[in-house]
Amino acid sequence: MAEPATATQAAAPVVALLKDELDIVIPTIRNLDFLEMWRPFFQPYHLIIVQDGDPSKTIKVPEGFDYELYNRNDINRILGPKASCISFKDSACRCFGYMVSKKKYIFTIDDDCFVAKDPSGKAINALEQHIKNLLSSSTPFFFNTLYDPFREGADFVRGYPFSLREGVPTAASHGLWLNIPDYDAPTQLVKPLERNTRYVDAVLTIPKGTLFPMCGMNLAFNRELIGPAMYFGLMGDGQPIGRYDDMWAGWCTKVICDHLGLGVKTGLPYIFHSKASNPFVNLRKEYKGIYWQEEIIPFFQQAVLPKDCTTVQKCYIELAKQVKEKLSKVDPYFDKLADAMVTWIEAWDELNPTGPVPNGKAA
Amino acid sequence: RTLRAGKLTERVLKLFIATGKDEVFSLIQALNIQVTVTPVLPTRALRPDLTSFMNEWRTIFSRFHLIIVKDPDLKEELKIPEGFNLDVYKKPDIDRVVGTSTSTIFSGYSCRYFGYLVSRKKYIISVDDDCYPVKDNKGILVDAVAQHITNLTTPATPFFFNTLYDPFTEGADFVRGYPFSLRSGVQCALSCGLWLNLADYDAPTQALKPEERNSRYVDAVLTVPARTLMPISGINIAFNREVIGPALLPSLRLGGEGKFRWETMEDIWSGMCVKVVCDHLGLGVKTGMPYVWRNDRGDAIASLRKEWEGVKLMEEVVPFFQSVRLSREATTTEDCVAEVANVVKEQLGSKDPMFARAAKAMVDWVKLWKSVGSSTSSPGA
Repeated sequence: MAEPATATQAAAPVVALLKDELDIVIPTIRNLDFLEMWRPFFQPYHLIIVQDGDPSKTIKVPEGFDYELYNRNDINRILGPKASCISFKDSACRCFGYMVSKKKYIFTIDDDCFVAKDPSGKAINALEQHIKNLLSSSTPFFFNTLYDPFREGADFVRGYPFSLREGVPTAASHGLWLNIPDYDAPTQLVKPLERNTRYVDAVLTIPKGTLFPMCGMNLAFNRELIGPAMYFGLMGDGQPIGRYDDMWAGWCTKVICDHLGLGVKTGLPYIFHSKASNPFVNLRKEYKGIYWQEEIIPFFQQAVLPKDCTTVQKCYIELAKQVKEKLSKVDPYFDKLADAMVTWIEAWDELNPTGPVPNGKAA
Repeated sequence: RTLRAGKLTERVLKLFIATGKDEVFSLIQALNIQVTVTPVLPTRALRPDLTSFMNEWRTIFSRFHLIIVKDPDLKEELKIPEGFNLDVYKKPDIDRVVGTSTSTIFSGYSCRYFGYLVSRKKYIISVDDDCYPVKDNKGILVDAVAQHITNLTTPATPFFFNTLYDPFTEGADFVRGYPFSLRSGVQCALSCGLWLNLADYDAPTQALKPEERNSRYVDAVLTVPARTLMPISGINIAFNREVIGPALLPSLRLGGEGKFRWETMEDIWSGMCVKVVCDHLGLGVKTGMPYVWRNDRGDAIASLRKEWEGVKLMEEVVPFFQSVRLSREATTTEDCVAEVANVVKEQLGSKDPMFARAAKAMVDWVKLWKSVGSSTSSPGA
């Protein structure tokens, strides 16, 4: 029943918010035709394209977009030996885009995600909604039953303490998907025809102390507040696991956000996810993850970061240490991953020498 | 289809059953329409004339047993339309069941707790009498009772957040990355509904935004994560009485407690207790649909002129409940409530006599529940 929007031109914003402060990071292996549909919403922004797979292939970028493109050769050249932390043959390579960006905000989207329509039929400017989410506060310490109190037409309900009504800075905005939902392989196999047609008109803060599965298909974040935590792990070629890149980044990010007093929102905006990946291929990639997550989740739920971890990098290095200590026994992969996490931070700091302000407070 | 049109009455149901068709049986089972397990609706009567309220809800309420509890402070006679299966409890009945000294705890909005006390059914649905049924985004009348029942009879998922909200609803499921060991969920003990039109805002917010009306119908039910607290409004809730009954209690009474919702905190306090108890016992609390339409009432600014303790109170209450940890020995709801009462007395009692009174009221409530809540009772003539 859900269809992508076609009349996006009509819905183009008059003012492109944050157009000089936000980069759009897109991993791709095939082509970027989908950008045509997003053109009215994306054209004012700078794109960072991370080309995965065969670097000798030329990815054609539609005319009129301002972009920089990196393939595997570029990644190797720029990072040298540290390039080992960036996945190959997996969309996890997108986090290289986060690292090389010089902007304050990142929006990342998959190349099979199109513009969705809201229930009134209007094209949804997903980027605009993400920006609204990021620019308004989060409320992780107490749940508001009317969802995001900063949205128009809503507020804090009776009983919500006034001292908590200012909220905290929002570090990440997690959007959702109409049409093909983000299911794992077993669920896809059982319900191959299920489509998400439910438009839930809400944005909400995920409470402190609660973990969630973060999907990288439609995600935005404040790079200055949380960038270094958005490492998408070791996936794809030569790795025993795939399709857990965004999950891993999400768990690390949430633990660090909870520690630093930052917020993570989920809900709107919706995009239209058009391509259902092959569930058998997915099953092979996810197989180990499905077992491992039973250990990984309790690990993250119990992770405690010491008080002197006041920057994202410090938190992340500490997490890497704990991964090595506690998860290596699950599989030697985690030992490698912990090392890669440290390499990532080293690479991040090298490419971003001034670094974000400690304590997650925006400069 | 008949159900959606609000036309399913017991008579029609029996006709369907008489057809003997298999699909009809499985449909009835799936929808959990059982004549034996019917919810009870204690409706707090603060205004004497319930005619329009009951008529608006008739198609939805008429197949259930209703309990109407009249605020003991209300002097006028109740006007209740015909055609419902109900019990009405007034001051003399309340006095008879709990004694005249105890019956004062049931004044104002707290009269609903008397209904919870005397009900003998498994599920309770509680709706304020200024709320009416709504139509959803497709224009279909929302059966708030059925939605609450669905919420209570499907599992809750408090240990990990599902980004597609309730995974047990049709058309949704657990997303990638959701641990399989957590997918069976836990029993849902409480279902908190929402309100269109006049949302449950406090007096300062309403005074600041007198024109604001909630017109956003959010098509979702979600589990409130474990250890996350929230303001549980008493306007539109449902719960499993067998599992969590004693934890919904009248105990906190504001000095200036009045007859408008924004002049009370009793439900917020009660809700904190319930959530802490549910978290400890591994039970779930859901929030979201169903919506009810809440009518405009009263003047929020007039309420502001009273000294507004409720606002100041929450600054103490929230951090307190966030820090409460119950012992491993507390394995029943009654034990949990007693322990919470103890901690309230120890940690908050000295800060304000209101808390000391609340703690005592909680202990008394558990005793009352044990003596009255478990035995049979019937209303007076």
